[in-house]
Amino acid sequence: MIIKQLSVFLENKSGRLHEVFTVLGASNINVSACSVADTSEFGILRMIVSEPDKAREILKEKLFSVNVSEIISFATPNEPGALSKTLQILSDAQISIEYLYGYSIGDKSFIALRCDNAEKAVMEFQRHQMELISASELYKF
Amino acid sequence: MIKNIWNPHFETMPREEMRTVQSERLRDVVERVYYNVPYYRERMQSLGMGPENIGSIDDLSKLPFTTKQDLRDNYPFGLFAVPMSEIIRVHASSGTTGKPTVVGYTRHDIGLWSEVMARTLTSAGAGKSDFIQIAYGYGLFTGGLGVHYGGEKIGASVIPISGGNTKRQLQLMKDFGSTVLACTPSYASYLAEAIEESGFNRDEFKLRVGVFGAEPWTENMRREIEKRLKIKAIDIYGLSEIIGPGVSFECEHQCGLHINEDHFIPEIIHPDTLEVLPEGELGELVFTTVTKEGLPIIRYRTRDLTRLNFETCACGRTLVRMNKCTGRSDDMLIIRGVNLFPSQIESVLLEMDETTPHYLLVVDRVNNLDTLQLQVEVEDRFYQDKISELQALRMKIQHQVESTTGLSVTVKLVEPKTIERSEGKAKRVIDNRKMV
Repeated sequence: MIIKQLSVFLENKSGRLHEVFTVLGASNINVSACSVADTSEFGILRMIVSEPDKAREILKEKLFSVNVSEIISFATPNEPGALSKTLQILSDAQISIEYLYGYSIGDKSFIALRCDNAEKAVMEFQRHQMELISASELYKF
Repeated sequence: MIKNIWNPHFETMPREEMRTVQSERLRDVVERVYYNVPYYRERMQSLGMGPENIGSIDDLSKLPFTTKQDLRDNYPFGLFAVPMSEIIRVHASSGTTGKPTVVGYTRHDIGLWSEVMARTLTSAGAGKSDFIQIAYGYGLFTGGLGVHYGGEKIGASVIPISGGNTKRQLQLMKDFGSTVLACTPSYASYLAEAIEESGFNRDEFKLRVGVFGAEPWTENMRREIEKRLKIKAIDIYGLSEIIGPGVSFECEHQCGLHINEDHFIPEIIHPDTLEVLPEGELGELVFTTVTKEGLPIIRYRTRDLTRLNFETCACGRTLVRMNKCTGRSDDMLIIRGVNLFPSQIESVLLEMDETTPHYLLVVDRVNNLDTLQLQVEVEDRFYQDKISELQALRMKIQHQVESTTGLSVTVKLVEPKTIERSEGKAKRVIDNRKMV
């Protein structure tokens, strides 16, 4: 249930983001989710890809700085208050959220989330019968 | 032969005797420049003096100085003291500003250059069984050919590979079994990184010593290179106006650079008042070449800041030692009135685990206020996913630099391998200020 996420350190220079995706595309690696966190100096591209280990090696070869971190992903109904209910579970279990990103379409919302204790979060979500997304579902394309 | 001393007669000569040699040679060179170089004759005449006023090295300070500008003003051959038919080689410095400075050598000069480089290499522990890989640039720059002739003189096997082409450097270093590496310290540090990334095992190399010079470097950088290349790193010093490499060199004790003072007489002056400073004080290094024929130079201002130590060294040499240069008076930056040597920044970065010594300083002036930006590459494992940690690292670097230099600085973390690697002298500073 724990998903490997790649983080790439990028300077704020035009074309850098495009380069990452070009490199991955050329190696037939699919990106199933991504987000960019930006500061005035640099950005961090976070993404979930079809073959994280291979993608990491390919990007490293191209001299990108790549870091692998563990996140979890889950689905909630696409309706008001659903996310609030979910995050309540984490808050009750004293789990801190580092960041999250997500998207809704149709009747579902999908969230990728990094917290300070991924394993505990998975247990809590399972206990509350939340719909967790497995790595294999996200990596495939 | 005394261990690692090429010319014991001069290198261990009692100081009084050395002064006699220097005085004799000084009288000779002053006569030569007075009669053969119109520029020096006019300068001396305007000071109301002639060769008869120079009796011993105590009279050295009566003579006029020579600067890089004087060489440029007499471009290309105006200060040569022999007919061009006697010159067998010319070198020139890369003229980053204005005309290059041109230097010329007679056959005798090439011989003396080989002699001082033979002393330098012998002192580093090199001998006839060694393979010397010369990764200094060959050509107009004096580095490559200077070490080359010294290497041949001591009977070593010289590999004149010149600078650049790092992949081939590593291949030949491994296949030929190079034992001595000669290049700039920044290129040595680059080669260390290249070896680590090449997949070669360090045990496949026979390298044991490096002779590094042509740019200022710090003790921290030395330790870093010694650790990463697993060699002894020896500092050598020289400048083309005086001869090229071979002006001074460290021995195995690494406690100052022995000056070949039977050929190049050093003085330390105050860079502003031009007064000769007492023994041991920090100031600008000045050289008078007393044996060179082609381009003898009187009291050349090097702009390098150092101090002299006249004590006999543990290696047995009596040759005066100069400290590692703390910087050049002309690479010193003045930022908001504070003096800054790029080497200070380098020491900070080398002391932190998180940072690499690959950096660039960008100086600018915004609303009449100088700004200093430090761009730095971080060790790979410290490029984190979390922004808070990256910001904390940025602040840590900033704090360290500020507390060392007394200057406020903005730190910019840049992607790995994006700061230009130098295969010659490293470019560490971009100064965008418009100085009036």
